[in-house]
Amino acid sequence: MDFDLMITSLPKLLSAAVITLKLLSASLIIGLFIGFLFAVLRLNKNPFINKFAYGYSYLFRGTPLLVQIFIIYYGLGQIEWLRSTFLWVILKEPYWCAIIAFALNTGAYTSEILRSAFQTIKPGIIEAGKSLGISNKIILYKIQIPVAIRQSLPAYGNEIILMMKGTSLASTVTLMDITGVAKHIVSTTYKPLEVFLLAGGIYLFMTFIIHNLIKYLEKKYSFQ
Amino acid sequence: MNIFKKTILTVLASLLIIGNVYASDKIRIGTEGAYPPWNSKDASGKLIGFEVELAYSLCRYIGRQCEVVEQDWDGMIPALQMRKFDAIMAGMSITDERKKVITFSQGYADEVAALAVMKGSSLEGMNTPVGISLSKPSSDAKKALKTITKALAGKTVCTQTGTIHQNFLESGDVGKVNVRTYKTQDEVNLDLTSGRCDVALAAAVAFTDYAEKSGKSVVLVGPTFSGGAFGNGVGVGLRQASQLGGTLGVRDAELLNAFNKAIDQARKDGVISRLAIKHFGFDASM
Repeated sequence: MDFDLMITSLPKLLSAAVITLKLLSASLIIGLFIGFLFAVLRLNKNPFINKFAYGYSYLFRGTPLLVQIFIIYYGLGQIEWLRSTFLWVILKEPYWCAIIAFALNTGAYTSEILRSAFQTIKPGIIEAGKSLGISNKIILYKIQIPVAIRQSLPAYGNEIILMMKGTSLASTVTLMDITGVAKHIVSTTYKPLEVFLLAGGIYLFMTFIIHNLIKYLEKKYSFQ
Repeated sequence: MNIFKKTILTVLASLLIIGNVYASDKIRIGTEGAYPPWNSKDASGKLIGFEVELAYSLCRYIGRQCEVVEQDWDGMIPALQMRKFDAIMAGMSITDERKKVITFSQGYADEVAALAVMKGSSLEGMNTPVGISLSKPSSDAKKALKTITKALAGKTVCTQTGTIHQNFLESGDVGKVNVRTYKTQDEVNLDLTSGRCDVALAAAVAFTDYAEKSGKSVVLVGPTFSGGAFGNGVGVGLRQASQLGGTLGVRDAELLNAFNKAIDQARKDGVISRLAIKHFGFDASM
């Protein structure tokens, strides 16, 4: 074990963790919007609308994230007419390609998590609200949405951790996140064990933080 | 439960088979299979190219059976050290940096590097000599490096991870360059044509081969590079015998000897030249 290498690599990997966190937070925020939108569409009674929403989640949950990144980054980059449109300003940047892929992916999972949370709300709660003469809109905002968010916290916590690990794929489209920098160090030192152990440790630490944050929120908003 | 037992038996059986392969007397040679015309794969996934054919030729001279196996470029040297195979033939240039961790046979072929752009790029028509050597740079070479430094400023330069080309771009010889690194040369080529890369650096033949096969208008600009950070030709990468004394260490030392002799003979018989002309279109043997 080359401990000196680990010590000199640590600051480089930690500054790369900033890129990882940026990718993660941007994708989660956009993904949450997408997730909410598609969860609502899934619950719509119009068959075209809910089938469309179902198709989206089926497509993005049924294919590997790596393939999705490759299609968005390398695939779309090969379409010539696309390169002359304004879309190319965004798609030219590996950073945005990664965020688009991550957001669409986590959006699909988030929509499923939220949908099932909405569906598990006991009809009794809504009926109780109605019997008190509360309007449908208020029931949605003050009862359904808060209960659904609380219900989905454990599953969404898992999704955040999965997505955090998924960001390591950003290194395949040239981004220098934790994994990208680790690979770069290995390519000149040829010591994968030390460097990847360290990178794994940083990911584990991030998981630890996210896990505890979610646990805290679960406790804070528990029904008991 | 039955299926469970069957699975375990199958796994054990396949482990035994794999174990046998390792124990056999074959020389296992690692290559990338993604750097044409040095080494690549055909449509059926079979390894082909200059080095794959040369590997089998060299093994005939050594008088032992060979197996060429595939390994991603970024894990090539660690895989050699972990004994996943015994030798590297993957367009790997002999450099001082690599010599710190592995050893090389004598060189079998020469590789020159070059910058490439898409036709119509502002970098076309750079006024430099045809080729420059960085081992003892002449005044012309130094002037050329200055011209290149100016041309590359503010441009995105793409190259493969863990290559002499990346080392050169990060060495400061051409100033501070915005380098983007890729896992394979294929991906570099894709992003050069898409326009995400303004310019790319690799073995000159990697670009000419791509331009020819894809029909894309990729053109070389500036001088060809050799020497210095670009190393001294391409050789067979082997484990350093000192790393592991004992029988294994002795075997590694013998292998180095065997490859050196085989390369001598193959050169004398014109095998290397013939294969180089077949795959590169010119005699790149050394």
